Amino acid sequence: MLSSESGPPGRTRAARLRAWLDERLGLTGVRQFLAHKTVAVHSGTPWYYFGGITLFLFAIQVLTGILLLLYYRPTAAEAYESVQFIVTRVRFGWLIRSIHSWSANLMIFTAFVHMFSVVFLRAYRRPREVTWLSGIALLGLALAFGFSGYLLPWNTISYFATKVGTDMAASVPWVGPALARFLRGGNDVSGATLTRFFGFHVAVLPGITTVVLLVHLALVQRFGISSPPWVERRSAASRLPVPQMPFFPNFFLRELMAWYAALGALGCLAALFPWELGDKADPFSSAPAGIRPEWYFLAPFYTLKLLPSRIWFVEGELIGLAGFGLLAVFWVLLPFWAADGRGGERTRLVTGAGVVLIAYLATFSLLGYLR
Amino acid sequence: MNRERRSFIGWLLGGGLAASLGSFLYPVLRFVNPPEVPEAAVNEVVAGKVQDLKPNSGRIVKFGSRPVLLIRTIQDEWKAFSAVCTHLNCTVQYREDSRQIWCACHNGYYDLSGMVVSGPPPRPLEGYLVHVRGDEVVIARRT
Repeated sequence: MLSSESGPPGRTRAARLRAWLDERLGLTGVRQFLAHKTVAVHSGTPWYYFGGITLFLFAIQVLTGILLLLYYRPTAAEAYESVQFIVTRVRFGWLIRSIHSWSANLMIFTAFVHMFSVVFLRAYRRPREVTWLSGIALLGLALAFGFSGYLLPWNTISYFATKVGTDMAASVPWVGPALARFLRGGNDVSGATLTRFFGFHVAVLPGITTVVLLVHLALVQRFGISSPPWVERRSAASRLPVPQMPFFPNFFLRELMAWYAALGALGCLAALFPWELGDKADPFSSAPAGIRPEWYFLAPFYTLKLLPSRIWFVEGELIGLAGFGLLAVFWVLLPFWAADGRGGERTRLVTGAGVVLIAYLATFSLLGYLR
Repeated sequence: MNRERRSFIGWLLGGGLAASLGSFLYPVLRFVNPPEVPEAAVNEVVAGKVQDLKPNSGRIVKFGSRPVLLIRTIQDEWKAFSAVCTHLNCTVQYREDSRQIWCACHNGYYDLSGMVVSGPPPRPLEGYLVHVRGDEVVIARRT
């Protein structure tokens, strides 16, 4: 109970409130933890901010998503009209929707930057293999959020993107047709798919993401932020510890500045380039010329466009999908093949794989956008 | 003896737990798998009047729940194909400039007999029969 009589005499009301909360919430432990938590200072430190920026953009996604839920109606007959209502009739509806779409794209971009910074700063090394796996799972979930959310406005582009995407799922050996039926809620993309994707987007994926995100953050806390091996080597050679900065308030305030910059960029993009709605999906119209998926699916899209109908006696599409599958497995298992088993690291191989992957994604995405 | 009994109870509890989980999961898995909705078999549809489509043009016609591309060639022949691209399920269109069938999604081309000309489609388009009855164009499934 909080009363002016409780606590030693002479203490201010704020101090008494702090003591009251501390007794019930154990804030001293948190304060002590934060006081001892440090972050390594070296030339790669700025890359550490991208994980936090991704988290910040995810929080914006959740908040704007909840606001959009107040007006959105997930049926084939009403979805497009409800989004049209949001962007034309609801006050600041265009801005909320635009922020939701732009922050989704920026979040996937910063998640990719975070992933590649982990690769090049060697932060995936023992004992952080599970942290890497949980991060990759979060990236996969972010892409699933993007794919499921893309259909929700029920416009032409999103309709055909979902047709192509779910048909790719149908090509998976053995389980493909059942998987495609599960995703579509039937044999083809229809209103049933829209309702299903809405369920995935606002209930299933957020639930899974919350659990994986908590695991990821808990592991980052458990093992701390990794220092690159060359920084550790330099420190060992000079017999001086790696320079550190306190997490709170030094790193935390810098991270807040990064969030503020991200918010500024997001606000500018959302206000100056509002997200378009396009035309309502018509299952009995042809795919329009110039159709292409979101930028983060452009590289596989363009690769599939380039592959011929048959390579030897196998369908080109199947070869492409098998290639993407192998690439994904290779990338997910990076911490395991990066260690040579004798306590060393295959650093050149990891750097080479990272550079080749970035070059492939950048080149094919650009070509997919231009052609 | 005691260990055997412990192991037996362990198997019993484990088996019971697995059976319980199975009995929870089975209905869930069946629930998320959408039921087959029977469709009335459509064997032919009236696609419109002859004068609705000028020579060297095409349009999508609803054939049951499937899109069919009806084409009137420059030689005034009528052709119809499934409008679903055999590559990744996009809906194709007739291109008046190249006089071919085109899928905008991955740039696949088919000729006017439905055969693949270029691009990634692995198979030809399924063909339909077209009859002109009076001034009506009728598309029919091949038997």
